[in-house]
Amino acid sequence: MSLQDAVNSILSQWMKGRGPEDEIVMGSRIRLARNIAKIPFPSAADDQQAAHVNELVRSVVESTDKLDWKYLSLIDMPRLDRELLVEKHLISPQQARDVKHKAVVLSRDEVVSIMVNEEDHLRIQCIHPGFQLESAWEQCDRVDDILGDKLEYAFSTDLGYLTACPTNVGTGLRASVMLHLPALAMTKQMAGLIPAVNKLGIAVRGLYGEGTESVGDIYQISNQLTLGHSEKEIIQHLATVARQVIDQEKGAREQLLKVGRAQLEDQCYRAYGVLSQARLISSQEAMQLVSLVWLGVDLGLVKEVDTQIVKSLVMLIRPAHLQKLIGRNMDAGERDVYRASLIREYLQTRQ
Amino acid sequence: MLCEECRRRPASVHITKIVNNMKTEMHLCQECAQEKGELTLAFEPSLSFEDFWKGMLEQFQAFSPAPSVGLRTHRCPNCGLAYTEFKETGRLGCSECYDQFRGELLPLLRRIQGSTNHTGKTPGVSSVAASYRQQIEELREQQRKAILEEKYEEAAKLRDKIRALEKNLREAERQEGR
Repeated sequence: MSLQDAVNSILSQWMKGRGPEDEIVMGSRIRLARNIAKIPFPSAADDQQAAHVNELVRSVVESTDKLDWKYLSLIDMPRLDRELLVEKHLISPQQARDVKHKAVVLSRDEVVSIMVNEEDHLRIQCIHPGFQLESAWEQCDRVDDILGDKLEYAFSTDLGYLTACPTNVGTGLRASVMLHLPALAMTKQMAGLIPAVNKLGIAVRGLYGEGTESVGDIYQISNQLTLGHSEKEIIQHLATVARQVIDQEKGAREQLLKVGRAQLEDQCYRAYGVLSQARLISSQEAMQLVSLVWLGVDLGLVKEVDTQIVKSLVMLIRPAHLQKLIGRNMDAGERDVYRASLIREYLQTRQ
Repeated sequence: MLCEECRRRPASVHITKIVNNMKTEMHLCQECAQEKGELTLAFEPSLSFEDFWKGMLEQFQAFSPAPSVGLRTHRCPNCGLAYTEFKETGRLGCSECYDQFRGELLPLLRRIQGSTNHTGKTPGVSSVAASYRQQIEELREQQRKAILEEKYEEAAKLRDKIRALEKNLREAERQEGR
């Protein structure tokens, strides 16, 4: 199997696909929190109740022919496979860690995932590539209808869908977009942008790393409030704010090109130089350099690399992806060596 | 460069921290970094929800009367969760808890969510009243816009529609036994 085939078999559909604004927006995600009426939420449920929820969900999934789903019990899944699902954003780190009575339902293309017995009985999630919150919502809404037909959801007319945590009650909806914002980070504008966006009821956090200094300049922005507005309103509001951020990033990129083209080109090529020559590289360093090369490719400064190739590296350099690619477990030191060699080889690939 | 911590393995994790304008640098190996909890490429926020919640709830309770003895010892008959446990973790035990602790929850929700009124989707077996409520909410929004744009004729038409729907809503609520 060629490297490209191996990569294709391991990357999630939403990472491989294309969508509007995908040079800045990696993906759009919708998540709905749902619970089954009367049965205690996972944190309060006993073994029998948790197993019952699992059985209910499994029987619904297996009896529906509307979607091509597979039900996977996490306790039966090797650790590396679970970590891979975390890196693909299909399950949460908590779900991967404590696996008793936990399961995930995946659509064949891995666009839809349903976590069973996470903080809520069900977390229905849908990720679409690029800036496509609307279509992700529509798909998630349909999946929710299919499940809601067979399961009696915990719902109250005034408070909406009831969730384990009061910060999710109402719509149970968390909408988010993953954005690559290197120019805003380079021009030190993130520290100002984050509080401004927060004031609009939208949370911003670095996807990898912490706080304002995100490793690789990838940020996730999502709604904070779930009650009092309809799903459409919440999504539109988030989309409006995200649009602003995208435009700011584009402006910052133009500004960088205008005032410091040579410096920017130099930085991007230095990053490319290290990535294409290094013999040993940590995921943090790789992430930072991939971010720079990606920016350089988007701006037409770095011509040696294909956009999709450099974008895929954001995922491929991570531990579980690396180990799945090589087909065995590796310790951190081994991974640094293999990571460097994978990057060298993959950067040569043309799609 | 060797790891500053164990001085045996090569340093592969380099950390720059800026706290109150003081810059500190650390060079650690993978193992020591993980032990020190410095490797934050773990994709999880470090401030836990529980910590944040407790702080918020304490502040909140400073402004409201102390819970009665009855409430402090009250347990949800469906899942057994005590109010004090909810206060600790910020998480409810089951859907019934929302009814059991409603009096305490509503002001809290108003505070954290800014609302206590769901206007979004209703499950398949949808309540008629809820759908009226949603329609009314949408029309009110349109009415507000019309008034702002000084389209008074349109606003008057919307007002009539809202009145008609409100009548339907009251009827539906009566039937649903509210």
